[in-house]
Amino acid sequence: MNLPSDNDFFGWVFLILHKYGAIFLHGAGVTLQLALVGTLIGCVIGLLVGVLRTLPIRKNANLFAKIGHGLLQFILAAYIEIFRGTPMIVQAMVVYFGSMQLFKMDMSPMFAGFFVVSINTGAYMAETVRGGIGSIDIGQTEGAKAIGMSHWQAMAYVVMPQTLRNILPQIGNNLIINIKDTSVLNVIQVTELYFSGNSAAGAFMRYFEVFFIICIIYFIMTFTCSRLLRWIEHKIDGSSYYSLVKSDMMADPTGHNPVHLGGEKI
Amino acid sequence: MSEIKSPILQVRHLSKSFGSHQVLKDIDFETYHGNVICIIGASGSGKSTLLRCINMLETPTSGQILFHGGDITEKGTNINTYRSKVGMVFQSFNLFNNMTVLENCMAGVTKVLKKDRKTAEETALKYLSKVGMAEYINAKPNQLSGGQKQRVAIARALAMEPEMLLFDEPTSALDPQMVGEVLEVMRELAEEGMTMVIVTHEMAFARDVSSHVVFMKDGVVAEEGEPSALFGNPKQESTKEFLARFRNQ
Ligand SMILES: Nc1ncnc2c1ncn2[C@@H]1O[C@H](COP(=O)(O)OP(=O)(O)OP(=O)(O)O)[C@@H](O)[C@H]1O
Ligand SMILES: [Mg+2]
Repeated sequence: MNLPSDNDFFGWVFLILHKYGAIFLHGAGVTLQLALVGTLIGCVIGLLVGVLRTLPIRKNANLFAKIGHGLLQFILAAYIEIFRGTPMIVQAMVVYFGSMQLFKMDMSPMFAGFFVVSINTGAYMAETVRGGIGSIDIGQTEGAKAIGMSHWQAMAYVVMPQTLRNILPQIGNNLIINIKDTSVLNVIQVTELYFSGNSAAGAFMRYFEVFFIICIIYFIMTFTCSRLLRWIEHKIDGSSYYSLVKSDMMADPTGHNPVHLGGEKI
Repeated sequence: MSEIKSPILQVRHLSKSFGSHQVLKDIDFETYHGNVICIIGASGSGKSTLLRCINMLETPTSGQILFHGGDITEKGTNINTYRSKVGMVFQSFNLFNNMTVLENCMAGVTKVLKKDRKTAEETALKYLSKVGMAEYINAKPNQLSGGQKQRVAIARALAMEPEMLLFDEPTSALDPQMVGEVLEVMRELAEEGMTMVIVTHEMAFARDVSSHVVFMKDGVVAEEGEPSALFGNPKQESTKEFLARFRNQ
């Protein structure tokens, strides 16, 4: 095979793309998959833990409830501190090799990857959610309770939708961080994008060209996600203006339920 | 001929403390169907706390709140059902920011009363047009003026078709030119026989609209009676002082 000369940058780039393009795409796919699924599961964990962390305990609750509440809060706090307080690369090693050694569990690297990314994101999101809930005016909950909603209904229909909207930028942050940080999973042989780059670089001994390409692929992924999230934010916010519904249009305000208002006075 | 009616709501020996600070001391009063009770009193006298206790947003320290004779402070009472029958309008509106005007008024009807969407929408529209806000069904709360928000909040409470309504200074957060539109709606409700307990600093409104006025001072009911008597001929020194301050303004 005719190899490009040493300083023919584009020559090497094209050759590497030609030989390893499909592998890079596969790696990028794995990376996206890990980041998206990990962020999604992480958000679910974060929502759950965050909501549980804001669970009020009544002063006159019985001893059993108080101990249970205290224990739960301790476990949740420990989870958050431990997973925020240690590097993901180390967690990957501990989970992957630990599960094998301690529980004789033969996790696939990919499963260990999903596990570590989710649980890690969950720890961060839990704190974000707790803060997000705290930033919603107590009046929103009281307004909901005043019309007879239960604590959980108030959470589900009023507080959480607003919290989610407010923490959406933070969810986006986590997704982008995850796209990049899943690269550490190469230590447990997950064939994500960085791992694919490493194999290609080793094969050609061309580190700069390979990682230049890898760099661009990472950027395309993060930039696309970042723009997509912006777009979703705008969608959720809806229009910045509203149109008045005149009474003749009011006959069918939603387009499916004819309503008669005939100016009747109640 | 007066027929014997039983009160909708009875507050008996109600006390409330925050820590060592006793805010309400042995409050007693009753509300009959069609009553419009205005609660007046200086800032910090416990008016909001009383209203919040009635709605169980605060837990009373002692005493009873009887709704049609049943004590709602007792364990095992379904507070949510009770609250759906006793609406509340707040000084700060507390409209749901994530919902449109229409959705705000539908939420309780669908989620709490479990009515279908069509019924809920009709109910919401009925009361929104009553408060003159039917044109704004697509607006979000933060796109409305204070007076408009409060009228939507009243429509939201009315959509539950409650037996009575509690108002906590519904016009205090409003610019002066918007106070009128909200008071007008409340006046109309009073004329239609809606049972209401209203905490207010609008003395003219209290005098004209209420059937009964309660003057609170330092957590106790210092004086109460018909508006003509309480405003025209107050018996207590503290009532006189309080009213004099308003006349001088
Ligand atoms: N959550 C709370 N914790 C501690 N003290 C409170 C709390 N809520 C109210 N208070 C105190 O209770 C007293 C009565 O307050 P409340 O809000 O009922 O007065 P108010 O008559 O409604 O006054 P205003 O006219 O200013 O609204 C005040 O001294 C207030 O500081
Ligand atoms: Mg008050």
